[in-house]
Amino acid sequence: MNRWGQIFKQLRRYPSAAAGLAIIAFLIGLSIYAVLAIPYSEALDLWRGGSQWQEYPRNASPRWTNWFRLKKLPTTIKVEKEARDGIVKESFPGGQRIQIPLDFNYDHQTFPQEMNLFIEADFKEYSPLVELRWITPDDREIELGSYRVRKSERISISQDRKLGKQLNARPHIGLLAGDDYQVPERERQVVPGDYQLIIDAIVFEKDTNLKARFISYGQVHGLAGTDHRRRDLMVALLWGTPVALSFALLAAVGTTVTTLVIATTGVWFGGWIDALIQRITEINMILPLLPILVMVGTLYSRSLWLMLAVVVALGIFSAGIKMYRSMLLPVKQAPFIEAARAYGASNRRIIFRYMIPRVLPVLIPAFVTLIPTFVFLEASLAVLGLGDPLLPTWGKILNDAQSEGALYNGYYYWVISPAVMLILGGIGFAMLGFALDRIFNPRLRKM
Amino acid sequence: MNLKKNKKIANNSANLNRKAGNFRRLTFFFVRRLAALFFTVVAGVYLTIVIANMGGQVDELRKAQIQAEIMEEVRADETFRDLSPAERNKIIQERIEMEQQRLRLDEPFFFRSIDYLKQAISLNLGRAEQMHSDAGSRRVYNIIGERLPATLLLFGTANILVFTVSLILALILSRHYGSKLDRIVVALAPTSAAPGWFYGIFLILIFSFIVPLLPAGGMVEAPLPETVAGYVLSVLKHMVLPVGAMFFSSIFLSIYSWRTFFLIYSSEDYVELAKAKGLSPRTIERRYILRPTLPPILTSFALMLIGLWSGAIILERVFNWPGLGTLVFEAIGYRDTPVIIGVVVIFAYLLAITVFLLDILYAFLDPRIEITGDKK
Repeated sequence: MNRWGQIFKQLRRYPSAAAGLAIIAFLIGLSIYAVLAIPYSEALDLWRGGSQWQEYPRNASPRWTNWFRLKKLPTTIKVEKEARDGIVKESFPGGQRIQIPLDFNYDHQTFPQEMNLFIEADFKEYSPLVELRWITPDDREIELGSYRVRKSERISISQDRKLGKQLNARPHIGLLAGDDYQVPERERQVVPGDYQLIIDAIVFEKDTNLKARFISYGQVHGLAGTDHRRRDLMVALLWGTPVALSFALLAAVGTTVTTLVIATTGVWFGGWIDALIQRITEINMILPLLPILVMVGTLYSRSLWLMLAVVVALGIFSAGIKMYRSMLLPVKQAPFIEAARAYGASNRRIIFRYMIPRVLPVLIPAFVTLIPTFVFLEASLAVLGLGDPLLPTWGKILNDAQSEGALYNGYYYWVISPAVMLILGGIGFAMLGFALDRIFNPRLRKM
Repeated sequence: MNLKKNKKIANNSANLNRKAGNFRRLTFFFVRRLAALFFTVVAGVYLTIVIANMGGQVDELRKAQIQAEIMEEVRADETFRDLSPAERNKIIQERIEMEQQRLRLDEPFFFRSIDYLKQAISLNLGRAEQMHSDAGSRRVYNIIGERLPATLLLFGTANILVFTVSLILALILSRHYGSKLDRIVVALAPTSAAPGWFYGIFLILIFSFIVPLLPAGGMVEAPLPETVAGYVLSVLKHMVLPVGAMFFSSIFLSIYSWRTFFLIYSSEDYVELAKAKGLSPRTIERRYILRPTLPPILTSFALMLIGLWSGAIILERVFNWPGLGTLVFEAIGYRDTPVIIGVVVIFAYLLAITVFLLDILYAFLDPRIEITGDKK
């Protein structure tokens, strides 16, 4: 115990080790937060995508990108109202006419991405009719058409072709710009002020309630932005942390520990066991890891845990065996081993208590520096399109970004945020590993 | 005088005798190594064949695919429209059998695998099932041959660049140990934790999109340049980013480890002695530091050549580089087993050759290597 305390004390003398440890602590904290904030099943469900994201903008940049923009991009505006809060204009036998005004203030400098109106109606037999009107701050009134609504209706104002033709621009732009329809769409300016979307509904059942929700989708969203399927990237950035850490840690432990035990066993028993281990290692060195992983991924299953199993299986007889062997051969002849034998220690005891501890100083730094390799291996597989089909991971964000041409379309955040997480994961462990290397191997420390 | 001369002659003949004995032992050593390596390659290739086939799993997949394709084909064919369903089924069955025979799916996997192995080892890589080379050839050998130069060009350039630059810089840094530059390199060493493709994405982002100077992918411009000079220039332009990415991803770690290595060796007693003798720093470097470190330097060069291959797949895909890596990925997409196996065979051979060359070089460079018979 005392020895570990000493190591920790020494570690504090290296600023890079302190920085590395801080980064690792941050990542572990983030993992715990992710697992607590979004339970596993919920994370998978969210990442599968679908209607739970319909109120999120598509490909929105993170909010903080506005700091670097001269023309600030708008955020999402939501206005919600029920028919109960509306004004009953007229009642007639078997129904009534209700007016639901949705007011909002638009004071952004740029236009939104899209505008949708969601209406939920809980009628029994006769679906209600709605008529939409748009009132601008300068008191112009624009008809947005009338619709017969189903139980859950999505009226896409932005995709109303007729309205677009009338406004000579895409509706979500034309509706917020001034009254000069001759100006080309690109040059129109937002007219800020109080807008109103009035829903005139005719319901044919007395107790029918309507819930109307107007959404003007922003161009920026949250801390991480959203992707092409409106999913909040935060989900994958958060959940990618525990996935990456556990994959990398398990892979590193699985490969280094087994390798070490096998190398030690071979050295201790010698003879044909050693020879066999040597030959298997040589054969294994010829097998290319990545192509085999790609093969398993395309032909079998893309599950991350299967990949982990393959990585460990191919890593058992890795080139490390040669290195440990050369270090352990002299240990075998050391007097303390003879002493252990003299008191009748079993083979297992000698291997685990006397031989393996001898190589730990080399093993521990190597183990820590190995972790980034596996963090990036997961990302590499995902970039090749072989990421786990269910789990949200950093690599999968990168893969989506690549296949959607994020760079061509200027969605730089989509590439940068997962990359930053990957860098943190990689560099944190690398910095710690380098410092550990210097502590455990005094010959380097002199340098 | 005469006596001295005689002694010299006697010495010489003793030397010659020893040399002859050495030569025999050396040959024996190489032959043994060669045989061992050959068996290693055979075993490795056979394992790949088994893995590539997933113990018959892939055959089932392919059989299902063949059936679906042929049924679709027959159904779409006008000439069979008037036949009765029974007759049509017969035709379908016949065609399926024919196709299975063509791909030899009717034989047990074990026999096919042994056959594959025999052909693979004799470098008769067979014909691809689905893919063909750009020139239209179906032979795996040609398909690989077409892609190999692109990979070698890209990865050879980058690795030689990294190797020479890091070696030279490491020597300079080990001379100026503790300087500002030295500390910067040490601090930057962890950046090599990220692989080349990762930096590639950033380089593409910066130099192809934010400041559009260089192409984001590919090997030459789309309409091929007409002159040779234009072609070379275009390829060079396309190489800058991928080479830069690989260079950046390994240069600092490479310099760091060489520098540490040289520092360890330069604190040896014989170096101190050479310094005490008053030899010039250059002589010390050449004779007392570089000479004994030559074997590990060569090892790392050889290992680098091996590593060159495995790093290729993703970097080539990120940069759309038409090399072996992209080929493997495409082959796996087509489930084209002969191509996959062919690539791995080539790789296994390259690896074995590298290991063998390394053995020879070691035997010559490092007098401590035991060439004689068995160790205890």
